[in-house]
Amino acid sequence: MKLQEIIDSLSLRVETPTVDLDREVKGAYVSDMLSDVMGNAKDGFVWITLQIHLNIIAVASLKGLSGIILINNRVPAEDTLKKALEENIPIMSSPLPAFELVGRLYSLGLRCR
Amino acid sequence: MGSTEGVFFLTGKDFKNAGSASSSLKGILEGMGIPPAIIRRVAIASFEAEMNTIIYAVAGMINYCITPEMITIRIQDMGPGIEDIELAMKEGYSTAPDYIREMGFGSGMGLPNIKRNADTLTVNSIIGEGTTVEFIINLAPGE
Repeated sequence: MKLQEIIDSLSLRVETPTVDLDREVKGAYVSDMLSDVMGNAKDGFVWITLQIHLNIIAVASLKGLSGIILINNRVPAEDTLKKALEENIPIMSSPLPAFELVGRLYSLGLRCR
Repeated sequence: MGSTEGVFFLTGKDFKNAGSASSSLKGILEGMGIPPAIIRRVAIASFEAEMNTIIYAVAGMINYCITPEMITIRIQDMGPGIEDIELAMKEGYSTAPDYIREMGFGSGMGLPNIKRNADTLTVNSIIGEGTTVEFIINLAPGE
């Protein structure tokens, strides 16, 4: 599934306007623990989290994730945003809480494998 | 056959630059044409070790050595040391303070993640002096 399709279907707010959104999403993983994501997310996944600090970009970049979706209308910290633009990692935001957001991603056909 | 070696220096509590050594290492491996599946394993293990140094130690360094046969990464820190290494290897065990956990670290998955992604892992620690974590990921096929 294309990232842009997910953004459109769930009306996600794109926080990183200059990052190319034309990328494939192979699955999704939800967690607020960074080592959990390091250990269990896969290449090409989107990551759903409430964490907004700088280190989420390192995780996304090292894991080759397709993007980060923030829940509950959270806004990335300023240095996080800067790093995301540098590392070419899309950050999106949704007003939904994690449970609702993940349910909708599942309905779109995304899985965690 | 030659080897590629280098070192990165880490500063404790420097969360701004946390992960940048592992990112640089990933870039070096990509430039050498190492298979992506191997790079992913190195990146996970080195990030976890890097974060452990940032979280717990005053300072530390990451040495890497890449030969045609293997990638060896050694992370030495000047930290408090690990009292019970066996316990530290247990998934879910962590001594991280609350503010570290709120950032999403300290889930007790760091060393287990390194172990899972490395072919060999050695942890040596002296209380009050520091910890050395060394892991090897094999490159040569058919081993």
